[in-house]
Amino acid sequence: MHSQTNSQPQSQPLLSIRGLKTHFALREGLIRAVDGVDLDAHAGKTLCIVGESGSGKSMIARSILQIVPPPGRVSDGQMIFARDGRDPVDLAGLDPAGKPIRAVRGRDIAMIFQEPMNSLSPVHTVGDQLMEKILLHHRMSRHEAEERAAHALGRVGIPNPRQRLSTYPFELSGGMRQRVMIAMALACQPALLIADEPTTALDVTTQANILDLMAELQAETRMGMIFITHDLGVVAEIAHEVAVVYLGRVVERGSADAVFYNPQHPYTLALLASIPKLGARRERGQRLHSIKGMVPHPLNRPKGCPFNTRCPEARPGLCDATDPRTLEFETGHFVSCHMRDPAIVTRREEATV
Amino acid sequence: MTMPVETPLMQARDLKVHFPIKRGVLKRTVGHVRAVDGISLDIRAGETLSVVGESGCGKTTLGQALVRVLEPTQGSILYAGKGKAPADIAHLTETELRPYRSDIRMIFQDPFASLNPRRRVIDIVGESLRNFGVTDEREVETRVGEILRKVGLRPEYMARYPYAFSGGERQRIGIARALAVHPRLVVADECVSALDVSIQAQTLNLMQDLQEEFDLTYVFISHDLSVVEYISDRVAVMYAGRIVELSESEELFARPRHPYTAALLAAVPRPDPRGARERRRLRLTGEVADPANRPTGCAFHPRCPFATDRCRAEDPQLRAVDGRTVACHYAESLDLKGVNADAA
Ligand SMILES: Nc1ncnc2c1ncn2[C@@H]1O[C@H](COP(=O)(O)OP(=O)(O)O)[C@@H](O)[C@H]1O
Ligand SMILES: Nc1ncnc2c1ncn2[C@@H]1O[C@H](COP(=O)(O)OP(=O)(O)O)[C@@H](O)[C@H]1O
Ligand code: SF4
Ligand SMILES: [Mg+2]
Ligand SMILES: [Mg+2]
Repeated sequence: MHSQTNSQPQSQPLLSIRGLKTHFALREGLIRAVDGVDLDAHAGKTLCIVGESGSGKSMIARSILQIVPPPGRVSDGQMIFARDGRDPVDLAGLDPAGKPIRAVRGRDIAMIFQEPMNSLSPVHTVGDQLMEKILLHHRMSRHEAEERAAHALGRVGIPNPRQRLSTYPFELSGGMRQRVMIAMALACQPALLIADEPTTALDVTTQANILDLMAELQAETRMGMIFITHDLGVVAEIAHEVAVVYLGRVVERGSADAVFYNPQHPYTLALLASIPKLGARRERGQRLHSIKGMVPHPLNRPKGCPFNTRCPEARPGLCDATDPRTLEFETGHFVSCHMRDPAIVTRREEATV
Repeated sequence: MTMPVETPLMQARDLKVHFPIKRGVLKRTVGHVRAVDGISLDIRAGETLSVVGESGCGKTTLGQALVRVLEPTQGSILYAGKGKAPADIAHLTETELRPYRSDIRMIFQDPFASLNPRRRVIDIVGESLRNFGVTDEREVETRVGEILRKVGLRPEYMARYPYAFSGGERQRIGIARALAVHPRLVVADECVSALDVSIQAQTLNLMQDLQEEFDLTYVFISHDLSVVEYISDRVAVMYAGRIVELSESEELFARPRHPYTAALLAAVPRPDPRGARERRRLRLTGEVADPANRPTGCAFHPRCPFATDRCRAEDPQLRAVDGRTVACHYAESLDLKGVNADAA
């Protein structure tokens, strides 16, 4: 028996997203990058958002901070951010260029990206960048900021932190740079950290160390984390909660155990089946399960369930016609699929392939 | 284990690729990046031999030397052409290499960067055919159409440009380009690494089908050990330009003999949250060895949890241990953990 702390009733989420829509109005048509997403992120917990490329993971992250590239914009929904001891704010209602959201960015909610070089300045030392970040949000002397910067580097496992303050990002390895990014993100003690594929460009060995570090820092600070990845192995390593996204929709979400050991949505099932599993030694000639076809072009979204064009269970006339409801399959485990909807499929046996 | 000994398709011996490091206005050579630093390797006809290791360990350089995109600094590459005696192709000139170019092909990692955006699919795939003497345009078209169909693309699309295709389709175009001239040996460098899992599965299945149909031999370069376990017959583990372990795939995954192999296996994230919570953590710390500045003794010793004074002083040679080749002083005595099937 594995009792999961995260399947117990939870307190008020740190961030509660409902009906989020982020659209790009292009001349060629409307791209629904995020199309009605519900998510909850809790303090001290990691929510993983997983899906193939183009599914809208990065746009969900950028929507939270209101840094969607134009002409994209958050066009509907709410994102209630409730930091301990402060009044909840609806981030969706804030002006992307306004002061309130700028105060949230970096201080309350920090973000790190896949390629640290894009977010680090090549011409400033690691120390200068860290101190600038700290001084932007906190009143203190330069000396105090330097102390804090060195401490931050030490905390992410960078050896000789004080000397490292004077190095330039290009002098560091990929893993060390990502540690610097984490140090920068955590310097202001955010309540929520959003990490968009932070380990995708790293070797597995370095990735394992960074994942350990992030889990450790989270346990220490109790910050909430939204961790975006396309790698189900990485999800299993660090997630408490998982949301599987496809074409801008959350098709299934629940605790890590629910999604991995009792997956319901045909897309989740197909994803899990298509990865080669280490240790499950193949017999010669054994084939990997593959999902037929490919993700439709964003300007060519299928009607009805977004997955219906590739789904082995799709029922014509239903799945390609109407949107499935999101149902709570078991406590905290949500699925959006007609073929899991008791009002449509009465007996469970009919739903399993 | 005593099967009739066949001549390997390719035999690399003491292969070295050193890149000069130049400094200053005079561009004087101040040292060398020893990207590949003494590799001996047999590639057996019909097998899939994977090459794994962290980035910078020399996988791509080795692959490029084997297909002779690069000329090795030193060493020999005996290639056994169809019905011909093995010949050393390591130092042949471009003209001398011509007869081998259609036999030995490479598939690149990046399906976006490796296709010229201004050329149509028929030209990209057909180029090698034209280079290898197919002059009749109708025949080029027929053969391009055939190979496109084989890799699961519509022949009607041959007049299109690469931008009109998705990442997975572009990788198929790359595969079609490599296979159009009926090669025998294909070196695939991280060819599924940039693809989404569902497309990755399609591509791996396709590569296995094509291997069977065309009797292909693959050198499969990858950093993804789950994929490697799935596709390989044998696996070579590289560290700092050398092979540290070479073994039948099943044995390597079940019972690694080199601490570096074990550390790589332990780091692979697996889709099993309960296992992840319970699994013993064996973590590699420190940075990958710098091939321009090789550590003394065993190049892995600064990161190795088992290193002794002997490791710091004496360079372990590759030797046979328990049916495989390993370069670790303590290969016989270490009890290293592999991956077991029931865990995932
Ligand atoms: N600048 C942009 N202009 C138009 N469409 C965009 C832009 N950025 C992203 N999109 C679209 O938004 C969708 C989601 O993209 P993204 O969130 O980056 O996916 P993921 O991070 O899951 O790979 C994609 O269909 C993509 O084409
Ligand atoms: N053309 C080159 N000139 C100088 N150094 C190179 C060149 N190509 C590769 N290297 C170096 O050789 C080493 C091995 O590189 P590579 O073969 O690309 O490794 P891998 O494919 O395993 O990541 C690295 O240190 C890399 O920086
Ligand atoms: S030789 Fe020594 S340092 Fe090298 S892998 Fe073996 S035990 Fe570790
Ligand atoms: Mg993204
Ligand atoms: Mg490489």
